[in-house]
Amino acid sequence: MAIEVRVPTILRSYTGGAKIVEGSGESLSALIDDLDAKHNGFKGRLITPEGGLHKFVNIYVNDEDVRFLGALDAKLSDGDSITILPAVAGGALGFVAAAALLGR
Amino acid sequence: MARYESLLDACGGTPLVGLPRLSPTVPEGAPPVRLWAKLEDRNPTGSIKDRAALFMVREAEESGHLHPGDTILEPTSGNTGIALAMVAKLRGYRLVCVMPENVSAERIQLLRMYGAEIIFSPAAGGSNQAVATAKQIAAEHPDWKMLFQYGNPANARAHYETTGPELLHDLPTITHFVAGLGTTGTLMGTGRFLKEKVDGIQIVAAEPRYGELVYGLRNIDEGYVPELYDASVLDRRFSVGTRDAVLRTRQLVEVEGIFAGFSSGAILHAALAVAHEAVKAGKGADVAFVIADGGWKYLSTGAYGGTLNDAEEALEGQLWA
Repeated sequence: MAIEVRVPTILRSYTGGAKIVEGSGESLSALIDDLDAKHNGFKGRLITPEGGLHKFVNIYVNDEDVRFLGALDAKLSDGDSITILPAVAGGALGFVAAAALLGR
Repeated sequence: MARYESLLDACGGTPLVGLPRLSPTVPEGAPPVRLWAKLEDRNPTGSIKDRAALFMVREAEESGHLHPGDTILEPTSGNTGIALAMVAKLRGYRLVCVMPENVSAERIQLLRMYGAEIIFSPAAGGSNQAVATAKQIAAEHPDWKMLFQYGNPANARAHYETTGPELLHDLPTITHFVAGLGTTGTLMGTGRFLKEKVDGIQIVAAEPRYGELVYGLRNIDEGYVPELYDASVLDRRFSVGTRDAVLRTRQLVEVEGIFAGFSSGAILHAALAVAHEAVKAGKGADVAFVIADGGWKYLSTGAYGGTLNDAEEALEGQLWA
């Protein structure tokens, strides 16, 4: 079962620089385990020690946020496309500047 | 109502228009699935941000945070700055905007026309540079006031008190509300209001997916989630890439005559997704979505003409929403 995974720039050190990798799994957590087996350390950047999805990581299945599809239990199918992005979109630069100004 | 005491009083009350040509066709006998666009470009400075700017300034005045003659400092990538510049001018404040230099030329010109001062943070330095610039300004001007749209409850309240009630009044049969996810104010405020009033309504977010340059963090821990964001208000959240946003923005003007900015194209893309799901399920739907602003401020990008590949390239590295 092949699932295409788009990897953001900051995680490509784990994939030998590859933008797109392939993995398999019937759920998102199974897919992440499979990716971790192929790219050692990958899982630790997405999942917290408590076992949840990292607050600043967004994962989309066919362009839809997995947090609304069952999160790590989200079911996957052959041909699905996964995109991993750091949570910064939506006026990111404005926000970071604002947060810094307020010392947050 | 068509007469107002001042421009500030003309904020909100925007039209909701049907999109008969872009709404999906349903099989004979099936209930209709209809798309409705809320034309937020009809606000005083041409974007949905007028609502938040007005509410944030009013709240700051009422709570004693702002006094006549104060300087407001706002890090913004565009529309909020333009809205605040207008409100600040009419209410007697000076506005300084900090913005990345990779926003469109029209936004910069508009801000200057309204009298705002602009300090640029270099696009190449990404978020780290923006932090450095902002910290430096704050240290030099401790008396400047910030409204912080990402964590200011008045931003969401503007939509709870105006956008939400307007939608319910104009479309009592509403089944879905779709808007862009930036500060999250529109979705949080409108979403909360509609969830209280309409059983089973779906609140759907469309999040712009920019080119890679914009995500130039060094570390995942440098990510940001706006303080206003409460995931429990949303039912779905779509990530919409530049190509889909441009395609839908062009369809809006070509098919329905609505000349909108690219964030509205991204929102339409998500609205069409839920509309087509409703058709498949044989359910009727009234899907209301936001036209956040008009296309005027983005013409210089060149992304309204040429092939989709050209447009994607033109917007690479730009904050198009």
